[in-house]
Amino acid sequence: MIRDKYRAPAKAAPGTRLTTSAMIASIAGEGQRTAPAPFGHALVALARERPEIVGLTADLAKYTDLHVFAHAHPDRFFQMGMAEQVLMGAAAGFAREGFMPFATTYAVFASRRAYDFIAMAIAEEALPVKICCALPGLTTGYGPSHQATEDLAIFRGLPNMTVVDPCDAHEIAQAVPAIAAHPGPVYMRLLRGQVPLVLDEYGYRFQLGRAQMLREGREALVISAGFMTMRALEAAEALRADGIGVAVLHSPTIKPLDAATILAACRVEGRAVIVAENHTVHGGLGEAVAALLMREGVRPALFRQVALPDEFLDAGALPTLHDRYGISTGAMVARIRGWVG
Amino acid sequence: MIANAPSLARRAWNIRRHAVRMGEVQGQGYIAQALGVADVLAVSYFHAMRFRPDEPEWEGRDRFLLSIGHYAIALYAALVEAGIIPEDEIETYGADDSRLPMSGMAAYTPGMEITGGSLGQGLTVAVGMALALRLKRSDAWVVNLLSDGELDEGSTWEAAMSAGSHGLSRLIALVDVNGMQADGPSLGVSNFEPLQPKWEAFGWFTQRVDGNDVAALVAAFDAAKAHEGPGPRCIICDTRMAKGVPFLEARERNHFLRVEAHEWTDALAHLDAEMPA
Repeated sequence: MIRDKYRAPAKAAPGTRLTTSAMIASIAGEGQRTAPAPFGHALVALARERPEIVGLTADLAKYTDLHVFAHAHPDRFFQMGMAEQVLMGAAAGFAREGFMPFATTYAVFASRRAYDFIAMAIAEEALPVKICCALPGLTTGYGPSHQATEDLAIFRGLPNMTVVDPCDAHEIAQAVPAIAAHPGPVYMRLLRGQVPLVLDEYGYRFQLGRAQMLREGREALVISAGFMTMRALEAAEALRADGIGVAVLHSPTIKPLDAATILAACRVEGRAVIVAENHTVHGGLGEAVAALLMREGVRPALFRQVALPDEFLDAGALPTLHDRYGISTGAMVARIRGWVG
Repeated sequence: MIANAPSLARRAWNIRRHAVRMGEVQGQGYIAQALGVADVLAVSYFHAMRFRPDEPEWEGRDRFLLSIGHYAIALYAALVEAGIIPEDEIETYGADDSRLPMSGMAAYTPGMEITGGSLGQGLTVAVGMALALRLKRSDAWVVNLLSDGELDEGSTWEAAMSAGSHGLSRLIALVDVNGMQADGPSLGVSNFEPLQPKWEAFGWFTQRVDGNDVAALVAAFDAAKAHEGPGPRCIICDTRMAKGVPFLEARERNHFLRVEAHEWTDALAHLDAEMPA
């Protein structure tokens, strides 16, 4: 998209104030149940049982919840400075010496700046480095420098890499020991700070490589990952009032995909398939599911994506941006109603 | 030192000979780098480092990290000389299914600690290994051989600053300054001088020596190990591309050499004429 050189100045309507942007915005809704720093607390607990776990970061301990680990295990925490390449190279070095490094930064810096180090020093050797990254997709209003809208596409393309996008605090806490139990490298998206609690109400247990049906519905199936599962559950509840049954299949492991579960869910006659993700339309869960269905000759009644557009996104307040780019609950309800209502 | 062990000069000569024989298998390659760095490898393996030939992953070994993957021909030659790779594998160099690919990779070759080739990564991995060894209370050294070309990569300096910041006193960086890169003379590609003050400014105990002078290299390694300061150690080694084979030394562009079939015999003859005791 070619833009004019500068944007027009913002102007509040009379009697109103402009909405504001916050870099570290919580995606929790008003009054929603949350848990603090689920990644940090889960890692501290696991590290008590697994002495080989070390934590490394590139000047973002506080903003990836690794500071909880740093306080609990100061001798096993390594501050690598604001240098993501040496962060990933050093994590590889630790892994070569028998340790299991959890390396944290923002998703943009791991995927864009340190990619070659992750590819050659870590993934090519299938070393057990767990790369856990905050600000995935559109979870900050800071603009493209901090919005990792293509990280899943980048890491899906990397051999040996397992890719996970958990939904909430409940799932992050369970995913930490699960990715540690996996022998190879893992890229996991993180929600940090006050993280919504949703999946505990569904009796859900995270299993690496498994998609799980959270609710059934006849008219549409939403396959989702990350916090978009939370939105899909809210949308499904709203659409129930309209008599539209929406099933929600949560698929937090983006790679390897749980092909059998997804195929079975997509074979239900006459049901629309909608893939929802906090990621660009290119190269993420949506295209992974589409390719799987094509390969296996499964043709749903309708296939649609709820995903971010192929653009560098605006800066602004998160609720505004989620509405603008169609990944808020309200935007999703309207689109699904349009497709299957 | 074992009685009657070959001299370091002879070790270096053997390494050059193994490398030339590998070059002959392919008819081309990074032979000038191998000839140039042979003395540095000889002193590393046969004076400075601990290793067990029959147990290349022995926990107590000093780690030698080759970040310059294309120098694999030189390291294979040293590993053959060290008894880690059998000498008869020389003829498989660069062949399909060989354990000796043209760019060094950890999963292929015993004694190859890391996968090199993407330049500027080796020192970052070395930082992590040195931190990990310190956490394990190991006294093993981590030695990283990097090239002057790798000084162009920003990550080399991220790692240099990190090593200084973490006080990694069991880490030695060997910088092979042979003055030649893919596009021509190194200083014309990107001027990295003055080099010694740069490393010193990053907190490294730094020496600069003639990298083809075995006695000077021995003294530099001894000083690096004996130094009582808290920081990492750097030895800048000025080497001569194709050292030991005058007609290859004389070639202007010798980053990647093509050598005629009959010239390999000449190269070996030049080396053999100067065989040290």
